[in-house]
Amino acid sequence: MKITIGGVVKGGTSLAYKTGSWRDQRPLIDLDLCKACGICEEVCPDNSVYAEDEIYYIDYEYCKGCGLCAHECPVDAIEMVLEEK
Amino acid sequence: MNGERGANKEALFVSGHRACHGCGLALAVRHILKATGPDVIVVTPTGCLETFSSPYGYSPWRVPWIHHLFENAPAVASGIAAALSAQKRNNVRVVVIGGDGSTFDIGFGALSGMLERGDDVLYICTDNGAYMNTGGQRSGATPTYSSTTTHPVGRKSMGKPQLKKDLPAIVADHGTPYVATASVAYLKDLRKKVEKAMTYHGPRYIQIDTPCPSGWGFSSELALEIGRLGVNCGLVPLFEMENGSLTRVRKIRKKLQVTEYLKAQSRFKHLLQEDGSEYLKELQEIADQNIAKYALITSS
Amino acid sequence: MLEQTMSNVKVVEGSEAVALAVKGCRPEVISAYPISPQTHIVEWLARMMANGEMDTEYVRVESEFSAASVISGSSAAGSRSYTASSSQGLLLMTEVLYCSAGMRLPFVITGVNRALSAPITIQIDHQDTISLRDSGVIQFYVESSQEVYDTHIAAFKIAEDPQILLPVMVCMDGWILTHSYERINFIEQEKIDSFLPPFRPANFLDVNNPKAWGSYSEENVLMEFKYSVQQAMQYGKKRITEIFAELARITGRDHGGLIEAYRTEDAEVILLAMGSVVGTIKEAVDELRSIGKKVGLVKIRCYRPFPHEDIWEAIKAAKVVAVMDANFSMGSEGALGMDLKSKLCGMRDTPLVFDFIAGLGGREINVKTVRRIVEKAEEMLNKGLPLSESYWVDLNPEILP
Repeated sequence: MKITIGGVVKGGTSLAYKTGSWRDQRPLIDLDLCKACGICEEVCPDNSVYAEDEIYYIDYEYCKGCGLCAHECPVDAIEMVLEEK
Repeated sequence: MNGERGANKEALFVSGHRACHGCGLALAVRHILKATGPDVIVVTPTGCLETFSSPYGYSPWRVPWIHHLFENAPAVASGIAAALSAQKRNNVRVVVIGGDGSTFDIGFGALSGMLERGDDVLYICTDNGAYMNTGGQRSGATPTYSSTTTHPVGRKSMGKPQLKKDLPAIVADHGTPYVATASVAYLKDLRKKVEKAMTYHGPRYIQIDTPCPSGWGFSSELALEIGRLGVNCGLVPLFEMENGSLTRVRKIRKKLQVTEYLKAQSRFKHLLQEDGSEYLKELQEIADQNIAKYALITSS
Repeated sequence: MLEQTMSNVKVVEGSEAVALAVKGCRPEVISAYPISPQTHIVEWLARMMANGEMDTEYVRVESEFSAASVISGSSAAGSRSYTASSSQGLLLMTEVLYCSAGMRLPFVITGVNRALSAPITIQIDHQDTISLRDSGVIQFYVESSQEVYDTHIAAFKIAEDPQILLPVMVCMDGWILTHSYERINFIEQEKIDSFLPPFRPANFLDVNNPKAWGSYSEENVLMEFKYSVQQAMQYGKKRITEIFAELARITGRDHGGLIEAYRTEDAEVILLAMGSVVGTIKEAVDELRSIGKKVGLVKIRCYRPFPHEDIWEAIKAAKVVAVMDANFSMGSEGALGMDLKSKLCGMRDTPLVFDFIAGLGGREINVKTVRRIVEKAEEMLNKGLPLSESYWVDLNPEILP
C-alpha cells in the first residue's frame, strides 16, 4: 500500500479487516424463537447483526463473539456455542 | 457485497474496528452517529477510540474524522467550527468524541476554553472511568474506591480515595446550554440526547457511561447489564440540564443497592471483603446523595 | 519599472507590518493568545477585526497550545490559518507543531524571538524557535520589517504548495523588529491576490468525501511518513527559491533566496548569521572592507530546510567561517554551527568553522562586537587551532559563580 501525503485515508476501509477471526464463541440465532425485535442488532458493538425481510443474521466476517446479543435477547433466541477452529 | 451487507450498508461507523469484545465505547459511537447523521466532522483525541478506529489504512469512519493529539481535541474542534463558519458550510457540525482521560484531565483546559468561548461544538465524553488505552490508570473520572493500576488496592490502599470529578456540573457552570449524561445501557435515551443536543447551537456536552469489560473486570456479554446496574443503584445518574437548570432525569424504577453493581466488577471486588463494609457504606451514601440531588426516585 | 505611489509607503511598527501582511493574505481563521513581545501583532489584527477591516474568524484561545491546535483544525478543514507567538508560548506549541507537520497541515506562524526561561526574561535570542528546528516546520528568519512583511506573504504560498503542505514559521526578533518603526512598501491587494490564490487543498474535512486524518501507524509505514516530510523539505528548497523570486519580481525587492550572500566574493573571513543582527554585521563588513579586510557575510533566510548547498557555494573559497549563534544546545554548541559543520564534515578543502555564541538574552551586538568576532576568528585561523568548544562572545567571567 502506497502511503498518502499526511496519512489521509479513505473512510470505511476497515471493512477489509475481518475481526471474525477473533471469535472463540459463535452466536447462533434460533429463528423459531426469534421475535425480530432487533435488540441484538441494536446492542452489537461491531455492527455484525443485520436483518433482511425481518429475519436476523449474524455477520460472521466481523462478529467477535462478545455475546452481548445473546445476553440481551429477551427471548433467549441466541445461543453462544464454542467456535470450531 | 463483501462487508457491505446488512448493518454496514448504511452505517457511519462500520465493522472491522479493533475494539475489545463487548466494548461499550464502540457501541456508543455507533449510536452517536446514528443520531447525528452524516453531516458531521468528528474529532477524537488520543485514547482507546483513536487506537481501535485508526490503524493506518483501515478506517471505520464514514464521516470526516480527525485525530490530532491527546489534550487538544476541543481546540481542534473550535478551529474546525471557525473554518466551517468562515466557509459558510452551515449544514456541517462538529462533534468531539473523547475519553475521560482527555476530557476530565489532560484536555480540561482546552475544553474549558471552548465552552467559555461558546464555540459550536458538541463534546461527547465516553467515560469508562480510567485511562483504559494505557492499561487502566486512575483518571479524574475514576469512581471512588475503584482499583486502578496507578492506585491499586493493597495493604495500605482501598483504591482511589477521591470523588469522581463532577464534570457535568462544571461544564454547566460555564453557561453551556445543553448538558446531559447517558449510558450505553439505554441506547434510545442516548440517541435522543444526541439528537436534542444537535438542535442547540453553541457548546454542548454529553457524558456517556461506557462500561469496559477488560478495564472494569467483567465478562464481555455483560456490558449493558453492568451499565443498567450503575444507573439503577444511583452511582450513574442520567439527567439533562438545559440553560443551567435540571430539566429531566431518568427515574430509577426499582432501586438497587450499590453492592449489586460493585460485586459484578473486579475493580471493586476488594470492597466486598470483610474490611470493606465502611467503604461500601460511603459509596451507598454517594449513590443516595445522587438520588436525592437529582430526584431519581419518584416519591409515592 | 515598478510604480511606487505614496499610498503604499508608510512608516509603521514592525508588528503592524506583520498584521497588514496577514490581512493582505486573507486568512479565514486566526487564533490569538498574548505573550511579549508578540502581542502587538494579534492586537493589530484584533483592531482590524473590531473596525470591520477583515473578514476572518478570530478565535481568542486560552493558551498557545490551543492557538496552534485551533489553526491545525481549521487548516484540516480547508481554511487559510494564522497565529503568532514567542518564547515559552512557542515551546508550549511544540507538540502541536510536530503533529501538524506530520499531518501536513499548512498554516503560518510568526515566531517572535525571545529567550527561554530560566531565568525568565523578555529579552531576545533565538533559543525558542531554534528549539523547534526538528519539528518539520519550515523556518524563515528576517533582517528587517520590510523583509518580514514580504516574507509573510510568500510564507502562505509556500505552506500551501500541494507538494509542501507544512507549517511555516516566520521568525523575527522581538522588540528590535516588532516594536520599532520602519518605512514599509506595501503590496497592492490585487497583486497579493494574484500572487496568492485562495487555499483550495485537495484534501480537507469534507462530509461529501469522508476521510480519516491522524491515523495510528507502525513500523511498516512510519519511516516512510517521516521521509516524506524530508522529501517535502528537499523539494521546498527549490520551490521556496522560486516563490521568493516570483514575489521579488512583483515587488521589485529582492531579499535573496534561501540565503543572501553579502560581499562574499574573494572574502577570506565569512560571518554566518540570521535575524536582525544581520544589519549590524553588514555595517561591520563595510567598515572592515574599507580598511582592506576581505570579510563577507552569509545571511540565512531559510533555516529549515537548511540551505547547505547555497551556503557552500558562498563560503567554499573562504579560509574561515565565523558562525554567530543566538542560541545554544546545552552540553554541545550552537545550532547553526552544528548544522554547518555536519554538512562540511567529509568534504575536502573546507574553510575552518568557528562557532560564536553571541547575543543571548538580549546581550548587545554592535559593530565592535562583530569586529572582535572577526579578529578572534583570524587569530584562531593563524594559530591553526580548531575550536572544540563554542566561543561565548562578551561573556563576563567575573560574575560566574
